[in-house]
Amino acid sequence: MRKPLSLVARTVCDLFAWFLIIFGVYVIIHGDVTPGGGFQGGAIVGSFMALLLVAHGGDRVLEWVKASIYWIMLFVGLMMFIGFGLRGIPEGAFFYNFLAVPHDVAKTMAHGLIPFSGTIGVMDIAVGIEVAGGLTVIILSMFRGIVLHDFADSRKETGHDG
Amino acid sequence: MKLKALFIAATLVLGGILLSGLDAVHPFGVPGDVAMDEYFLDHAMEERSSENVVTSIVFDYRGFDTLGESAVLFTALCSVVMLFRKGRK
Repeated sequence: MRKPLSLVARTVCDLFAWFLIIFGVYVIIHGDVTPGGGFQGGAIVGSFMALLLVAHGGDRVLEWVKASIYWIMLFVGLMMFIGFGLRGIPEGAFFYNFLAVPHDVAKTMAHGLIPFSGTIGVMDIAVGIEVAGGLTVIILSMFRGIVLHDFADSRKETGHDG
Repeated sequence: MKLKALFIAATLVLGGILLSGLDAVHPFGVPGDVAMDEYFLDHAMEERSSENVVTSIVFDYRGFDTLGESAVLFTALCSVVMLFRKGRK
């Protein structure tokens, strides 16, 4: 798994990995109007790193990628989610939808830039960022753990001979 | 051996009594109070103007549940990182 795959597989991965990201972002930001949402789109975006690890091998990807970016994505998403939940307290309740536009206003497109479903669209994006970062951190740390396990096994076997 | 048979018989009798009582609480397979899901289907569109009713339930009506789901994801991530971290020898 740590060696890169053949040239054909790597080229196909380079071509289609970016469309995977685009599709995941589409699922995230259209979570309130189409089937899907933050969790599903975040899982699609998170599978990008698994595709890179399989096609290019761990040695090339792990020296290029920074896991701290994905930790920051995780915490930014979580803080956005909790923050928009707390913002609803002055308006009435925890997780109150203070941005929601009534449906007759939303049909005339008179509400400006904010998502017409209010905090539902914003929280979709927040949860999408969080899940994408979190699943990527899980994939990276599991891959590092497998590599570490291989090294530890080989060292133990050579050490027991003497 | 005799004690084990006694325990099995007691479990069966007690379980049968409790299961028959469970049927009296709510009949199996019969839909219960449908007021809540009818309210969601009727009012989700005009209250929150979200075409996807599932998303409006997940992120608005039951947003607290989604907060718990995020906590579950975070806990799973912490345990995976803790399990696979580079340990000191």
